[in-house]
Amino acid sequence: MIIHHPILGPRDAQEFVYLGDASLIERPDGMTAGVEVFHEYLYQRTNPAGEHRELWYHEQGDRSWLVVTRNTVTHEITRVELARDVARSKGRSK
Amino acid sequence: MSQSHRIEGGQIDRTKTLRFTFDGVPYQGHPGDTLASALLANGVRLMGRSFKYHRPRGPISSGSEEPNALVELRSGGRQEPNTRATVAELYDGLTANSQNRWPSLRFDAMGINDKLSTFFAAGFYYKTFMWPKSFWEKLYEPIIRRAAGLGSVTREEDPDAYDKGFLHCDLLVIGAGPTGLMAALTAGRAGKRLILADEDFRMGGRLNVETFAVGQALGADWAAGVVAELTSLPNVRLMTRTTVIGAFDHGIYGAVERVSDHLLAPAQGKPRQVLWRIYAGKAILAAGATERPVAFENNDRPGIMLAGALRAYATRWGVKVGERVAVFTNNDDGIRTAIDLQAKGVDVVAVIDSREGGALLPGIRHLQGAEVIDTSGKLGLKSVTIRQANGRSETIAVDALGVSGGWNPNVNIHSHHRSRPVYDDAIAAFVPGQDGPPGLSVAGAAAGAFSTHAALKTGRDAAIAALDLTGAAPDLPEAEDAPTRVTPLWFVHHGKGRAWIDQQNDVTVKDVKLAHQENFTSVEHLKRYTTLGMATDQGKTGNVIGLAVMAELTGRSIPDTGTTIYRPPYTPVALGTLAGRSRGKEFKPFRLTPSHHWAKEQGAIFVEVGNWLRTQWVPKTGETEWRQSVDREVLATRKSVGICDVTTLGKIDIQGTDAGAFLDRVYANTFSSLAVGKCRYGLMLREDGIVFDDGTTARMGENEYVMTTTTANAVTVFRHLEFCRQCLWPDMDVQLISTTEAWAQFSVAGPNARNLLEKVVDQDISDAAFPYMGAGNVTVCGGLRARLFRISFSGELAYEIAVPTRYGDALLREMLSKGAEYDPIVYGTEALGVMRIEKGHVAGGELNGQSTALNMGLGKMVSKKKDSIGMVLSQREGMVQENGYRLVGVKPVDPQGKLTAGSHFLEKGAAAVAANDGGWLTSKVYSPHLGCDIALGYLKGGDRKIGQRMRIVNLLGNLDTEVEIISPHMFDPEGERLRG
Amino acid sequence: MRYSGFRVIAEALTGHKGWKPVWRDPTPQAEYDYIIIGGGGHGLATAYYLAKEFGQARIAVLEKGYLGGGNVGRNTTIIRSNYLLDGNEPFYEFSLKLWEGLEQDFNYNAMVSQRGIINLIHTDAQRDAATRRGNAMILHGAGARLLNRDEVRAMYPWLNFDNARFPIKGALMQPRGGTVRHDAVAWGYARGADMRGVDLIQNCEVTGMRIENGRIRGVETSRGFIGAKKVGVAVAGSSSKVMAHAGMRLPMESHVLQAFVSEGLKPLIDGVMTFGAGHFYVSQSDKGGLVFGGDIDGYNSYAQRGNLPVIEDVAEGGMALMPAIGRVRLLRTWGGIMDMSMDGSPIIDKTPVEGLYFNGGWCYGGFKATPASGWAFAHLLVKDEPHKTATAYRFDRFLKGLMIDEKGQGAQPNLH
Repeated sequence: MIIHHPILGPRDAQEFVYLGDASLIERPDGMTAGVEVFHEYLYQRTNPAGEHRELWYHEQGDRSWLVVTRNTVTHEITRVELARDVARSKGRSK
Repeated sequence: MSQSHRIEGGQIDRTKTLRFTFDGVPYQGHPGDTLASALLANGVRLMGRSFKYHRPRGPISSGSEEPNALVELRSGGRQEPNTRATVAELYDGLTANSQNRWPSLRFDAMGINDKLSTFFAAGFYYKTFMWPKSFWEKLYEPIIRRAAGLGSVTREEDPDAYDKGFLHCDLLVIGAGPTGLMAALTAGRAGKRLILADEDFRMGGRLNVETFAVGQALGADWAAGVVAELTSLPNVRLMTRTTVIGAFDHGIYGAVERVSDHLLAPAQGKPRQVLWRIYAGKAILAAGATERPVAFENNDRPGIMLAGALRAYATRWGVKVGERVAVFTNNDDGIRTAIDLQAKGVDVVAVIDSREGGALLPGIRHLQGAEVIDTSGKLGLKSVTIRQANGRSETIAVDALGVSGGWNPNVNIHSHHRSRPVYDDAIAAFVPGQDGPPGLSVAGAAAGAFSTHAALKTGRDAAIAALDLTGAAPDLPEAEDAPTRVTPLWFVHHGKGRAWIDQQNDVTVKDVKLAHQENFTSVEHLKRYTTLGMATDQGKTGNVIGLAVMAELTGRSIPDTGTTIYRPPYTPVALGTLAGRSRGKEFKPFRLTPSHHWAKEQGAIFVEVGNWLRTQWVPKTGETEWRQSVDREVLATRKSVGICDVTTLGKIDIQGTDAGAFLDRVYANTFSSLAVGKCRYGLMLREDGIVFDDGTTARMGENEYVMTTTTANAVTVFRHLEFCRQCLWPDMDVQLISTTEAWAQFSVAGPNARNLLEKVVDQDISDAAFPYMGAGNVTVCGGLRARLFRISFSGELAYEIAVPTRYGDALLREMLSKGAEYDPIVYGTEALGVMRIEKGHVAGGELNGQSTALNMGLGKMVSKKKDSIGMVLSQREGMVQENGYRLVGVKPVDPQGKLTAGSHFLEKGAAAVAANDGGWLTSKVYSPHLGCDIALGYLKGGDRKIGQRMRIVNLLGNLDTEVEIISPHMFDPEGERLRG
Repeated sequence: MRYSGFRVIAEALTGHKGWKPVWRDPTPQAEYDYIIIGGGGHGLATAYYLAKEFGQARIAVLEKGYLGGGNVGRNTTIIRSNYLLDGNEPFYEFSLKLWEGLEQDFNYNAMVSQRGIINLIHTDAQRDAATRRGNAMILHGAGARLLNRDEVRAMYPWLNFDNARFPIKGALMQPRGGTVRHDAVAWGYARGADMRGVDLIQNCEVTGMRIENGRIRGVETSRGFIGAKKVGVAVAGSSSKVMAHAGMRLPMESHVLQAFVSEGLKPLIDGVMTFGAGHFYVSQSDKGGLVFGGDIDGYNSYAQRGNLPVIEDVAEGGMALMPAIGRVRLLRTWGGIMDMSMDGSPIIDKTPVEGLYFNGGWCYGGFKATPASGWAFAHLLVKDEPHKTATAYRFDRFLKGLMIDEKGQGAQPNLH
């Protein structure tokens, strides 16, 4: 597969390490959320057959974490974003 | 033996003679021959035996679809089983042997299977061999396994090299027949970066085996002209002997180039084959079509061949397969074979045409409405029996029969993304369906456009469409545009004999009937039950026939019966090619430590730790047992001073105004409160609350920390920290850089550690100036920058000192020479392990990804006053059980008693069953200080069992030792030494 | 009809006219007591044991495609019970014991062949881990042996012993491990279930679930609504898709695992071998092909096909271990969709919907589990409580912190 890195352009997916569903960005706050909320966050997956937003890490590259929108049936990639931008767009800061 | 069957013409170089042997018999051929064409030229039709019935077989094709003519090519480490003689290029000195026969190809004792074939119907083995139960493994299966397989594998290492490469292009054209050449010419002239790949050693495809003209020239000459023009274009890469094996995601194609298979051995420095990964903007599949046979009784004898192959051998290779030839066809292309052969002076005794009506061929006995119903000839065809339109049968003596049941477009690569081919009634074949690989279009015969004109036109159009070309396109040369006239005939309804569909696997029409009778009617069931299409040719010629037979039996149409899709690779690929250079010692790269060269000079023993090679111990003269060396290293360190290369530990510089806050989030314990110039042991959890890693992190400045990780987790911890930084807390002012390779780091441990270091460190490192857990930037040897940490894994007064990696070797030598008065030794990972286990420090065996801080006796380190990764989920009920595993120390009651890591705890007198399993030993060493084996282990409720006696059992090695459960801190538990 | 050697001979002599369909193609009834969704190995085994061992009737298996078309038809055919953890080992040992009597039980030769499995050891740390595992296996009655380098060399002298990046130092062996003809497992169970009245309904895709007041009433299918008192889901890689019909999200991801077979070869490898340092495992089929595989591709996928890097990676492992196979050819690759769970272990459990039960999360280890999975799932369906060997396979183990993580990789499915 080829991932079009927002900064570096097309790169072979072999340069990346895969983590999983991009919902892992939305980590609850450990001082307020309890076990059940963290359980939902860490373990439960939608696992769609179709469009999937997922985290890839450019380990053999610039060390960017990316959010890749990819179809899990066709493997077509329709969007690639810097995970940091996505995180900020979800209100994450410090 | 002379080349008895050679006729005039062909694309072979008759000025040169190549010598080769088959089953030890010497023959001759010419450059341009394949092994099959050369054997046929010498009158050899019998080349192999089938898988199940050991039927005598000759080639049915002249290409890569060949199911029968498989040989063992070459010998020794180069022995190559199952090589298709039809694509093996002849070279001088070639040796080949037949396979799957004993004692000889002509007389094969296993041919008895053929006589007993009625007992070996499809799936018979599922219904028997079950009694008595033990006989399957003892008797039946060993017999089956001995008989299984085709060619044999050498036990020697393959001496040839393989390589890999990457190519990029605007357009990849797969196949260099008329379609591919025209597509390439169109794109090439337009200046596009083009790759044209063809599996053959000569481009031109079917044009090389046909006799008609393209434009003003013979087709083969037109092809040669186009190839010459393409060769002259700098933007074009022509790749012969290159098979595109698969279409992968996003326009990536795999291709295998056979660089040296046409040579006796690869030239010096050249690989045998290269695996190319081609990144193609667009691709055109111009792979042509494959002829299919018709199933009739005994249709598998040597000499019975696809009609197009018969024609190809005559036209391209100057070979007549037989003296008296007949053709059996259901379509006009079969007629073309008869005409071409006759024009070459071959005696065509009959054309058996299953169709009725239409004009009769002039000058050839043309039997319309006729079918072949049987054949004879044990080791080669002697006659065919035909049933004429009027029902009369007649036996005709022939020694070659060309069979044409129509042509199947080579849709294979188009279905590599699971696109299902669709059936086209007009050509009675499957053509590419929807949803093929994005960017791949199909043209020419591969798309069902069979005439030469259609091939040229669709090839050109496909290139224009794929690349959005707007300029002038090449003119189309004149070429034949005959319609495809075929009347489906899949199998001849006659008698009770066997009519082969899958020749290699011996699947016959009867087998398909049986599968139907037993309700294995779905295509997948048919395939799996009968093994149809699972031979080395992957059903390229047989699958559609099997499907058609099933369609007739079920009364469904062929499309309703279904189709099986094709998967990579297009043709089988050598594993050596896929592996490339990653084999032997080069399987993975070595990472060497800065002290490696020094250690090698000393004769050190090394151990693989991931990709690192670390010093395991450094033997001294006279030491014969590893334990002598390790004990000495431990004792010398604890007595005076020892040095250990710990460069492999991960090192991460963490800087920024939020660095401290960041560390508080990623470590279970607190780091923001750490004083500048101090370090602290840190425990890192995964989000699921399991211990991820540990290490020491130092605060080098207000906003500057240096983290160390374990060797094993250096990469994953860094990845994780980047995840936390970028994905979880994107606005934290914190920057990370891995410095594992940047610093050479040595542990200097023992009562004389400070004394030794004072010889090289430029600054004051007295206990007052550099107390326990101190950290700071220093210089060594008169100004070289260095980092110093007063930390201890060994339990001794100890430091870790780091210098830029390129000075690591020098620093080690300097320390050893300047501190010679303290008799410093270098210790390896074994002594390191002894000392850390004596101290009860956790490492690999304990940090197993399954253990919590509580398990390790470190539960109190998980701060609940702040949010950190893993804090919440580490509190789950299953992870805080009172009777859960706890880290304990273990020593044998009898000092002579032995322990083994991985052994389990049992109570005294308890039976060795799972219910009594108390836990296991995670690490074990011999402690020269305690004078016995000691170990760490995870024991259920272990914290409440200190002082108790239990057993350690190793059921794999008859070990059963009474032990005492002790604190994991087995040596200097008060830690007096490290503060010294 | 009962299969036997005599029958085979008698049929052969009479033109094979007497062989009967191995299963019927029944029309779905309006309602069943039990519907099993998924006609793969686990679903068929469940139906078989429901009928045979638990005396149940009015059972249907609904299969979207053809029977045995899931992972039971695309795997590397290995059976073993060499697990480490208490939550797993009794279950897999139960499964292995069922394999050992399976063919006589369902009167079908699935070619269960216990030629042994060895896991190669390359470091002291691996030997320690193998010792822990081997002892756990023996404690659970599964049997194990620790082989030294010479013993491995005696078995396979042509492995790379002298020029290896990761030298072979020994192996953990389970002599009872081996291989089974995978398709025959599906067919044997299907035949056995059909003979006992189970309706095996192919080309019947479940498109919805009818749930009323928290209770399952039946399933919507491509062939209409079918009522059921109890519904069991055993659909492996499609688990998340099917359970979404009940509004459930699962602790798993679907990933593609490629597997490989070489051209047919004369005997080379007798047993099963795993090469931990190289992500490679291999056996040789009774037909002669080397059957081998390695890691999953590593990204979520329902595509049933993989990419080139993993193919290369697996070949590299093979060549590193077996330098003689350089000219052996890879014949065919295929990809199956694996229900990769969050701890690498399966789930056989009730769901919040009354009457709806789930079986999945097998990762790429489901084939060997087929008999025990079917048995345990049937047990759960009938008795509403887990089978004694499957008590740990609960949904709530993640909430409770009772993960069964053999590899110690944590909540990242692609690492298991």
